[in-house]
This record gives sequence, structure tokens and C-alpha cells, in this order.
Amino acid sequence: MSGALTLVVATAVLGLGTYSFRVAGPLLRSRLHLSARMEQLMAACAVVLLAALVATSTVFDGDGFAGFARLGGVAVAGVLAWRRAPFVVVVVAAAATAAVLRLLGVP
Amino acid sequence: MTNAGRVFSIVDMRSVWRTLRSRLGPQLMRSILLVCLADGVVGLSFGAITVSAGLPLWLPMLLSVLVFAGAAQFLFVGIVASGGNPVAAVAAGLLVNARHLPFGFAVADVLRGSGAGAVSRRVVGSHVMVDEAVAFTLSQRGDQRRRAAYWMCGVCLFVSWNLGVVAGAFAGTAVRDTDVFGLDAAFPAVLLALVLPSLRDGSLRRAALAGTVIALATAPFLSAGLPVLLALVGVLALRRPPKPAGRTEEGAPS
Repeated sequence: MSGALTLVVATAVLGLGTYSFRVAGPLLRSRLHLSARMEQLMAACAVVLLAALVATSTVFDGDGFAGFARLGGVAVAGVLAWRRAPFVVVVVAAAATAAVLRLLGVP
Repeated sequence: MTNAGRVFSIVDMRSVWRTLRSRLGPQLMRSILLVCLADGVVGLSFGAITVSAGLPLWLPMLLSVLVFAGAAQFLFVGIVASGGNPVAAVAAGLLVNARHLPFGFAVADVLRGSGAGAVSRRVVGSHVMVDEAVAFTLSQRGDQRRRAAYWMCGVCLFVSWNLGVVAGAFAGTAVRDTDVFGLDAAFPAVLLALVLPSLRDGSLRRAALAGTVIALATAPFLSAGLPVLLALVGVLALRRPPKPAGRTEEGAPS
């Protein structure tokens, strides 16, 4: 396994790189003025990214299938959210459904 | 002197808290605190898993302060713990975190501003830009509410995540598998609940659906992070300039 110094440097580089991704938008957008349409397009990009993140983190765990318990939990959350259930109910129901399904032996 | 300073800062924090409460309302406050609680428990497992994999006690804490991005941290630790090349671990983490670049452009308005502290606000505020903070911000309408939601979620998550990681690193094997509590389903559920109101707009829904299909279809073949970035192609499916992402008036989708 890697030595302590290597791990510190690796963590610092990952942190710096991640921070650069994060700070680029706020720094650049304080300087240049974007049209309202461009601003809406940016918001749309974020929504598409988050939707894709929901899908991939629901279906996959690392390289493989995440299992039906997680899928079931998120599906219940989706139905509840679509029917405008309170946020807290949606999230707790997702976790509870996945936990109960696992308790019942669903992978 | 120091005591006076401390009293002032406590008073200051109280007034900040009160301002946030009045701007966000109790419902949205509860929603954000619930997410912080859930992520704190996941942080607990991150600390425990990292240390019990034989990695040093300080590593999960350093990662959580400097990187502050759950998925990338788990990936990094997974690669390093299995004897992988640290360079590969950094590259994998960066790929997963690249989505923060478009996120930054989408929520830059909440960090905008002039006058004293404008630069430091952007510098500090950018570091707490995590998925949940972005999603909460997008779900709100109005400059003040968006700003309050971003800061509240970002800062509280930073605190709860790091506290969880520290506790987990010391507690060792106490909480290893948060899947038992179904917390792995909570993360996508949080983002889904926050994003769904935007998807009531037909054009945005088409774009999100196209992006999702692309991400799911490519995920088995590409390294983590890339499929989500590829989903951006879905934006081409927008029929017309999107409305300001359909945000609910009274806070968290209800």
C-alpha cells in the first residue's frame, strides 16, 4: 500500500482539482455577463446531470448492479415525490423500503 | 479580548441562524437537516471502512476536509486500499468530480455579489458545492431563498459529513454497512425529490430522460463519472429555451 507522503500528496491533488472544478463557474460568471437564455441552459444542464446521477446511483454500485432493494426504495421515492409527498416522507420511505426489502432477503 | 470576540461570534452565528430560519421556513430547514443527518451516517461508514481497510486514521478526515465529495472519496479509498496506483485513484476521483464544473455555472448566481467579502464568499462557497446543495438551490425560487438554501445545505453538510467521518474513523467497525438502513437508497431519493418539480416541464423532462438513458446505457462500459457527463448530450433534446427550472414556491417539494 502507498506510503503516508504519497497519500497526502494524492489527497491534496484530488482536493485541488475538485476545487478548481467547483470554483471555475462562480469566478468566471462574476466576470462575464450571460444572457438569460444561457443562464436557463446552465440550470437545465444541472438538472440533466442530477437526473443522470439519480439513475446511475440507483442502478449501479461500482461496476455491478446495485440490487433490487435499492431500486425498490428509489422507485417508491419517485412515486411519492411525483404525488407531491413531503420531502422528509420521500427520503425516509426510500430508506425504509430498501431496508425492509433487504430484511426480507431481497438482494 | 478573546472572550469578547467569542461572545460576538456566537451572537453573530445566532443572528445568521435566525436569518436563515426566517428565509427558509421550518419545512425546508427540516428537509436540509434530514439530509445532513443521513449523510453524517454515511460519513460514519466512510471513516470506518477506510480505517478498517488498513489505511491511516487521518486519511478519511483529510479527504473529507479537502475533497468533500462522497462518491469520489469512496472510489479513491477503494482503489488505494486494494493496492491500486494512487495516480489512478486521483484520476478516477477527478473524473467523478468533473460534474462540479457545470454545477458551478448553474449555481454561480448564489455566490455572486459585490462589496466586502464578495471574493471570499465565492472562494469559501465554492468548496461546499455538493450534489445536495446544488439540488436544493435549483429547487428554490427567488435570489434570497436560493442563496439561503445553498449556504444552509452546503455548510451543514460539510459539518455533519466531517463529524461523521471523524466518529467513524475512531469507532472503527461500529457502523460499516449503512445498506442495512437503506441509506444507499436515500441519496438518489434526495436528489430525485428535489429534481422532480423541474421535470414537470415537458422540454426539460425530455432532456433529462435522454440524458438518463445515455448514462445508463454507457455506465457498464465506462469508468465512473463519464456516463453522468455524457448525459449532458441530452440537453440537445430541449425543444425550446427552458423555463427557469420549475421551482416550487414554498420550498422543498411538497
